Amino acid sequence: MRVLMFGWEFPPHIAGGLGTACEGIVKGLAYNGVESIFVMPSASGDEDQSATRIINASDVAVDYTTCTVDEFLDKVKFIHIDSNLIPYADPEEFSRIVEEERTRQVKDFRISFGQKYKFSGKYGANLLEEVARYAMVGGTIAMQHKDEFDIIHAHDWLTYLAGIAAKELTGKPLVVHVHATSFDRGTDDMVDSRVYAIERRGMEAADRVVTVSDLTRNIVINKYGIDPSKIVTVHNAVDFSGRENITVERGVRDKVVTFLGRITFQKGPEYFIEAAAKVLKRTKGVRFVMAGSGDMMNRSIRMVARLGISDRFHFTGFLRGAEVQKMFALSDVYIMPSVSEPFGISPLEAMRTGVPSVISYQSGAAEVLKYALKVNFWDVDAMADDIYALLTYPALAKFATEQGFDEVNELKWNNATAKLKKVYESVLNR
Amino acid sequence: MKKLCFYFQIHQPDRLRVFRFFDIGKDSHYYDDFVNRTILKRIAQKCYLPMNKLLLDAINATGGKFKVAFSVTGSALEQFERYAPEVIEGFRALAATGSVEFLCETYNHSLSSLKSENEFRHQVQKHKATIEKYFGQTPVTFRNTELVYSDAIGKQVYDMGFKTVLTEGARHILGWKNPNFLYSNDIKSSQKLLLRNYRLSDDIAFRFAGSGLTAEAFVNKVNAEEGDIVNLFMDYETFGEHQSADCGIFDFMKALPEIALAAGIKFVTPSEAASKLKAVAPLSVPQPISWADEERDVTAWLGNELQQDAYNKLYALVEKLSIIDDPDLWADFGRLQESDHFYYMCTKFFSDGDVHKYFNPYDTPYEAFINYMNVLSDFIIRVNDKYATKN
Repeated sequence: MRVLMFGWEFPPHIAGGLGTACEGIVKGLAYNGVESIFVMPSASGDEDQSATRIINASDVAVDYTTCTVDEFLDKVKFIHIDSNLIPYADPEEFSRIVEEERTRQVKDFRISFGQKYKFSGKYGANLLEEVARYAMVGGTIAMQHKDEFDIIHAHDWLTYLAGIAAKELTGKPLVVHVHATSFDRGTDDMVDSRVYAIERRGMEAADRVVTVSDLTRNIVINKYGIDPSKIVTVHNAVDFSGRENITVERGVRDKVVTFLGRITFQKGPEYFIEAAAKVLKRTKGVRFVMAGSGDMMNRSIRMVARLGISDRFHFTGFLRGAEVQKMFALSDVYIMPSVSEPFGISPLEAMRTGVPSVISYQSGAAEVLKYALKVNFWDVDAMADDIYALLTYPALAKFATEQGFDEVNELKWNNATAKLKKVYESVLNR
Repeated sequence: MKKLCFYFQIHQPDRLRVFRFFDIGKDSHYYDDFVNRTILKRIAQKCYLPMNKLLLDAINATGGKFKVAFSVTGSALEQFERYAPEVIEGFRALAATGSVEFLCETYNHSLSSLKSENEFRHQVQKHKATIEKYFGQTPVTFRNTELVYSDAIGKQVYDMGFKTVLTEGARHILGWKNPNFLYSNDIKSSQKLLLRNYRLSDDIAFRFAGSGLTAEAFVNKVNAEEGDIVNLFMDYETFGEHQSADCGIFDFMKALPEIALAAGIKFVTPSEAASKLKAVAPLSVPQPISWADEERDVTAWLGNELQQDAYNKLYALVEKLSIIDDPDLWADFGRLQESDHFYYMCTKFFSDGDVHKYFNPYDTPYEAFINYMNVLSDFIIRVNDKYATKN
């Protein structure tokens, strides 16, 4: 079986967890005998190609033998590139500006037609434009490699249009993989409607939708109105091969409770702070660390100061590679109080480092981790209780640490991708 | 005859290095020596050295009739000792003229007067002894950090032997009254208060550059003021640092003494002023005032929850430190009290933001707070360790 995969990033150059998951997936598929071609907008050449063949979309010119611009636009029912907001224009003026903009876009496409486009592959201001161009190049790549794959697999909304284009042009089945939704990035009333539209279109056009947790599966059903019978959950795994646990000399004798991630609403930083204040009322030999940065950081700092616990609650700012490992190695308890987390790989990392974890039920990871302690994100009393127990009762900490270590070592991509292979088969054997 | 009283403040903070969470409990050197040395040497060249010489020349040229007062913090003196000892020589030469009074304040430019009576007394006595050691004068006049003053603080320093205190001529305290008179403490009437004339002080300190102000015009302004005495209190760094040499600030100061004397103005030091003038009225200051910002209160240092938490955590250590009585810990405790650390955490960006930004090595108050708390956490560990071995 052969799969054409559309991704946005791939290790070593990654901005988030998506690239890491994609690497785990192609390696796991290779183990299960599935060949893959992995297309990404901007490859740097130092990606590990032992398990997959990487195609750099920046190297591929849109090939006009496959179709004309109009055909292409028609076929993929192109979502026109986002026009900017135009303030203070009367209706005639507005429609004139919109028309001009549309003409410019079509012209741009004609010009870039037959040429290569240099993608940034980042998450910048022209993201929507890159997403649209990626779809054009993706369609071309699919036609060029038409005979080399049986099924198309697109990871997250950034690549859905490319997946749709490939499906329309080649007629091969499409699987879209939902690693996160708009509802994990904003609150319910703060969802980017343009992104939502692309997500929904991808899910509707797909023959199967793969979600990283049942939590995400429910969001796809309830918020995107997708037929439950075509949605399958394949939980994430994590690849620890080649990972040595580092030992770090401790500066503080106190126990350390760590939160690591973006400091944003979705991650529940305030619940962590409230729980910390409750624990500190009971015991003094503990420090809390909030590692990361984000739009709620300053608010969190003020909250810590207001609660009068800033000598026991520390902020590290954004941590990079080795510092993350160091932070885990310095921790006694890891906490992920997410309000909404499609999966959440960080507690797996913590448990693998021998750190028992407290996670919220509102995370996908809670569906697979038996030996993590679980609470509702809003239940700060329960959270404080669990933290206190892990700090105070060695038997509990030892049990959670040992069992948790074994548990996360069993969460292998080889197993997850065996399930993914079954999903492919279910579409191909229809 | 109108009296004119100059007092210059000299202070340099011990700026903290970037101190990460990972450093807590491992590395107890808190200061950015490179930055502190670089800044001190720069200001010494641009301000302290040329200004010391200018003032010495002016005193000599007027036969000692030109007089000024200084308050030099212990933090600054320690840095001069380390990086620019020639500045101290300059101050010694000025002290030897007999026309210069050295004032007393907290050793580390601290805000202890608002929190801990014991630590405040400790800071003041340490500074007093230091001034005696360096300049051979026993200070008799007090100026608190940032001119922070209230009736109660005045009373405390009166009990330490200071009969005269300098503070801000804050509008909300004075009301219709005029800062150009001698006042007395509302609850301790034998203590005299000299109030800063912020309009004329700021004509030099904040508004000089580009104003075209001449010594003649300024002297006329002084003579036009109602009252007995005009108190010009400002940072010494005004000369050459805040107001650059190009804008003519040194020429202005060079010309001022002769012109003022010719116009019938008499220069006095704060202690002379207090002994020669009669207090016109008691001044009631129930809440602390200062010379900072539009508000003239203490909110630049203790206005938000970050500042208050850091401040409270710091002063919670006083009792343990007294029992331990370790010189290294006292030294770090003093440096961590410097008001500057709290100033960096100020979030009052809008009205006085320019001034705050100018002096601030951090991009945001949050960064300042995080770094300070990491340092303080390490310090607390050291205090607790020593305390545990002591008992």
